[in-house]
Amino acid sequence: MHTGLWKLTWVEIKVFMREPMGVIGTLGLPVLIFLFVGRALGDSQASDAAEALPFNIAIMAALFIAIGAALSLIAIITIYREGGILKRLRATPLSPLTILGAHVLVKLIFTVIGMGLLVLAGREFFAGASEVNLWSFTLALLLGTLSIISVGFVISSIVPTARFAQPLGSILLYPMVALSGLFFPLDVLPTGWRVFANMLPTTHAVALMQGVWDGAGWGAHWVNVLGLVAVFAVCSAVSTKTFRWE
Amino acid sequence: MTDPVIRVRNLKKRYGSTIAVADVSLDIHRGEIFGLIGPNGAGKTTTMECVEGLRKWDEGSVSVLGLDPRKDARALQQRIGVQHQEAHLQKRIKVWEAIDLWSTLYKDVVDTDALLEQLGLTSKRNAWFMTLSGGQKQRLFVALALIHDPEVVFLDELTTGLDPQARRTIWDLINGIRDRGKTVFLTTHLMEEAERLCDRVAIIEHGALIEMGTPAELVQRHCPQLGVVFSSEGDGVQDRLQRISGLDDVTRNGETYTLQGTGDGFITDVIHAIATEGIHVTGFRTELPNLEDVFLKLTGHRIRD
Repeated sequence: MHTGLWKLTWVEIKVFMREPMGVIGTLGLPVLIFLFVGRALGDSQASDAAEALPFNIAIMAALFIAIGAALSLIAIITIYREGGILKRLRATPLSPLTILGAHVLVKLIFTVIGMGLLVLAGREFFAGASEVNLWSFTLALLLGTLSIISVGFVISSIVPTARFAQPLGSILLYPMVALSGLFFPLDVLPTGWRVFANMLPTTHAVALMQGVWDGAGWGAHWVNVLGLVAVFAVCSAVSTKTFRWE
Repeated sequence: MTDPVIRVRNLKKRYGSTIAVADVSLDIHRGEIFGLIGPNGAGKTTTMECVEGLRKWDEGSVSVLGLDPRKDARALQQRIGVQHQEAHLQKRIKVWEAIDLWSTLYKDVVDTDALLEQLGLTSKRNAWFMTLSGGQKQRLFVALALIHDPEVVFLDELTTGLDPQARRTIWDLINGIRDRGKTVFLTTHLMEEAERLCDRVAIIEHGALIEMGTPAELVQRHCPQLGVVFSSEGDGVQDRLQRISGLDDVTRNGETYTLQGTGDGFITDVIHAIATEGIHVTGFRTELPNLEDVFLKLTGHRIRD
């Protein structure tokens, strides 16, 4: 049923690793932002630094990893489509789900690697929050990434060319960070904006990660889990209807 | 005659208001190289992709190896090999990785080392796709199309953009595929390619077939007139050639004479007449019609216009 899924995923991992800019953009940038912001805002003691910050930079960096994954996915899917690669793969016994699923798997794998790099890069910072369950946090990040990636799929389904899809992805996804509740509580927003913010996967991803970070169980954040799953379901349905292979 | 390997009946396909395939019917038999020839945009690729099961058609019926490409796509994929026009792979996938990936997708796979060797790709095993030359890329796509030893091979504009030498290499390859009993369905807009390679061709224009047959048949049918051009300084040459059987026309331009005629024996008769009349000839060549002329005659334009 999933003939070739692991082989294709492995090939895509290798192909991705061979493109330096892609790796830097996906893995390096969030870590650099993390280090830069962390150093710039919080000098002296690590635990103090964490408290001194107006927001949780680990969550911000994790969110950038997730958005980076979605942007990278948009780039790959649209470039593959333009190059006829999707069409060529489609003409093999590979199922459509496998062809696209391999890319999602690659993105999730690199999200975990990115998370690992964050932990390594910001040891002092994470040390200050040693009670954080990193596995649970990573799982929350993966769920958030999956949901944000599905938005990327809709963008790459609807926009025909790589030239437009990539900038559009950035224009749509990065502003979501501002409304995610990471920098200011959503309560300060007018009702309309608050409702809108609650329809965005980033908002639920931040809330879930923040909750896990603060030691709350997943049960306490079932609304956010539901929100992420709902966005994923809606976007997958839209993509299924609109996805173009060539 | 056995059942055709590919049977297309009244195929119709439109994209919005554009009619890509207006009405195509054809039979392709086991062991033949069949060429669909026509200019870009004539409907070649759309027709081929409907037959491959990659595209849904609007009307008509298609059967490949007794299967319906729309319903039995999966079963069919195991038995056909395809190569797309201007196809690409991941820029940084290595040749062996592509071969390895494809190998896992099919039930029965040929000896891939031997296949690469045969296609002259052994030394490129570890090369990234993006570093291959045009000819090497096409040979890799041929390898991927042949990896599961398919019964029918589809080749869409295989040699477009290749230099003459690379083109000849590919032609030898395709002849080899046919010699192993496979059926080849190809599209091309190169008349020389069609003439050299195809057992039968169909000419398509504006989504409809306008002629079909062996290249020799088509030439015979539409452009039967043969030409002989020779140079001579002698006098009264024109008069001395009038009795050649099948001669339609003689024109003179200085010392150059152009004879047009029809019939199997026409050229022999010209040579015979020159010899018996003792005409001193300083140059001699024939002008034989080809598919290009047939195309021009049938459509009123050259294929590349």
